[in-house]
Amino acid sequence: MEEFQPVIVAFCCHYCAYTAADMAGSKRLHYPANVKIIRVPCTGKVSALHMMEALRKGADGVYVAGCLEGDCHFRTGNTRATKRVAYVKKLLDEIGIGGERVEMYAMSAGMGEVFARTASEFTEKIRRLGPNPARVGRDNPGCATAACS
Amino acid sequence: MKTESTLEKILVSGQLAVTSECGPPRGALPEKVKEKAEMLRGCVDAVNVTDNQTAMVRMSSLSACILIKQMGLNPLLQMVTRDRNRLAMQSEILGAYSHGIDNMLCLSGDHPRFGDHPAAAAVHDIDSVQAVDMVRQMRDEGLFQGGQKIDGPPKMFIGAAANPFADPFELRVARLAKKVKAGVDFIQTQCIYNVDKFEKWMEGVRDRGLDEKVYILAGITPMKSAGMAKYMKNKVPGMDVPDEVVKRIAGVAKENQAEEGMKMCLETIERLRNVKGVAGFHIMAIEWEHKVREIVERAGLLPRPVF
Amino acid sequence: MITAERKPIEDLINSVSSYRRILLLGCNECVTVCSAGGRKEVALLSSALQMHFMKEGHPFEIKEITLERQCDPEYVEELVPYIDQADAVLSMACGCGVQEVARRFKEKMVLPAVNTKFMGASERQGVWAERCAGCGDCVLGSTGGVCPIARCSKQLLNGPCGGSGKGKCEVDSDIDCAWQLIWDRLKALGMTEKYEENIPAKDWRTGRGAGPRKIVREDLAS
Ligand code: SF4
Ligand code: SF4
Repeated sequence: MEEFQPVIVAFCCHYCAYTAADMAGSKRLHYPANVKIIRVPCTGKVSALHMMEALRKGADGVYVAGCLEGDCHFRTGNTRATKRVAYVKKLLDEIGIGGERVEMYAMSAGMGEVFARTASEFTEKIRRLGPNPARVGRDNPGCATAACS
Repeated sequence: MKTESTLEKILVSGQLAVTSECGPPRGALPEKVKEKAEMLRGCVDAVNVTDNQTAMVRMSSLSACILIKQMGLNPLLQMVTRDRNRLAMQSEILGAYSHGIDNMLCLSGDHPRFGDHPAAAAVHDIDSVQAVDMVRQMRDEGLFQGGQKIDGPPKMFIGAAANPFADPFELRVARLAKKVKAGVDFIQTQCIYNVDKFEKWMEGVRDRGLDEKVYILAGITPMKSAGMAKYMKNKVPGMDVPDEVVKRIAGVAKENQAEEGMKMCLETIERLRNVKGVAGFHIMAIEWEHKVREIVERAGLLPRPVF
Repeated sequence: MITAERKPIEDLINSVSSYRRILLLGCNECVTVCSAGGRKEVALLSSALQMHFMKEGHPFEIKEITLERQCDPEYVEELVPYIDQADAVLSMACGCGVQEVARRFKEKMVLPAVNTKFMGASERQGVWAERCAGCGDCVLGSTGGVCPIARCSKQLLNGPCGGSGKGKCEVDSDIDCAWQLIWDRLKALGMTEKYEENIPAKDWRTGRGAGPRKIVREDLAS
């Protein structure tokens, strides 16, 4: 069987993680192509709904990458994002999708290596978890995942 | 005299009154009430019967009062506003008086949160100040709270509680004044361990002449052990146990702590009986009822006056 | 405002699991302000329920609508074109909104998605606290603008009780003692003598005591 290629959505803050991703690129640091980066002006802009909808529409994992603690360009965007990620984790546990499919990371603009390592580790984690059960259920209508997958 | 109450007669006579309490059992065994009450025979002027104290279900105060009355003792009906609305309270008062029970204490009661039915709704149709006013109106005007005439009004000697140690302290005399205004006859205070603070409160009480309008019975609870002292200090809302008190009892060997507690409570009584405005003592020996006689005796308050 | 809190997801999943087409309703008023049942919360709940039922392989459709005011028949009327396409309505409005939809659409199952809590105010971002119990005869003028009925755990009109300590209520150290607040306010207003006016027993008929209440304004009523 072909190796499962998860779809990962990464919401990256323009001031840190997104720049770090750039740096990783220019340094030719390898990170998996599974990670689809969405640039946001601040992680405080990422709502619970953004994370949930990414998963509902087929992502297998979602993470939010913002500035280091105390470094948010808009002061508290990253701490608010952290709280929202925790909220979404709980919600995902409650609906049976699993909270480990979302994560919050912090890094500075200069941390290209950290960006690449985070992307690889998160992708591997989701690969181990397997496909998003909601997507599996959608693609196999009429049968519950427990019985069919 | 407003009533036929023996407690009132003693207080009016100017002698120090002594009351104590009996918590009804958590079951339907009348012997339990009688056992506890028997220990108080001859050493107190009235026996407070608690009303679902600490919000735990117990035999009703009224029925335990009746049992005690039948023993020839003098019960004092406690009533909390937590469990009954004004209808239930008034019918209970009529019932109590019909059995010759002529002392009562109006309280708001501990919140159900602390008891064995935390899911219960608290009634609080009226509060303790309004309850005092209601009982006074029943007695002095012969009218129900709703304004209708009572056929044979109950002549209750009306008590209420005061906690000089709760916050805000500066309000505590004013709150007593509200109860006096509502028509309270006597007060039983929270257990006194911080005697200095109590005396300060009494000063405020005297400054406003409230001691001339209400009989104040000082609350006394002997400490059984250092463990109890710490528990009272840290766990019981509205209780003020100074560090010195805990230190003193913890400073003696375990087997001597009960006697030390006894000595401390006798010293408190000795000091307070000379405080102007203190009209007597309310001795709450929690699960230590058999010690009440000893306390009263060693404090030189025996024999009790007979009327 | 009226405050509410979303019911646990598990309860909501159970309540809608026997239906296929759900009309999920929000309300633009109080429940939006307290982040319980506005447009955002509707979208999030919709996403969560869809994902759950996708996983279960259970066919499930949600139509999301957030009304301007769900406790007002005029706005509820806007649901007419959609109601027949739904097997049941799941409403994130307060209990008033849920009932208004149920009253208008007699043959449609209407399920509550939130627990309506109390009339309160926002203490800070994300925190709401009870302020008024709707007693129908406001005493705030005598109590320094702090309500003893909604905010004292024993609704004492002549408090504080003997359990008040360090400004907190005996029931929970998270609760401010209402009577401490009242006293502080009376002091700040230079009105401490007001405290000693005994407040008489309340006539609860103006509150819930006389059954469900109604306000009729003759000048406005049609
Ligand atoms: S007194 Fe009555 S109307 Fe006024 S705030 Fe309190 S509950 Fe509301
Ligand atoms: S502590 Fe204060 S708020 Fe709590 S019940 Fe007593 S008076 Fe009311």
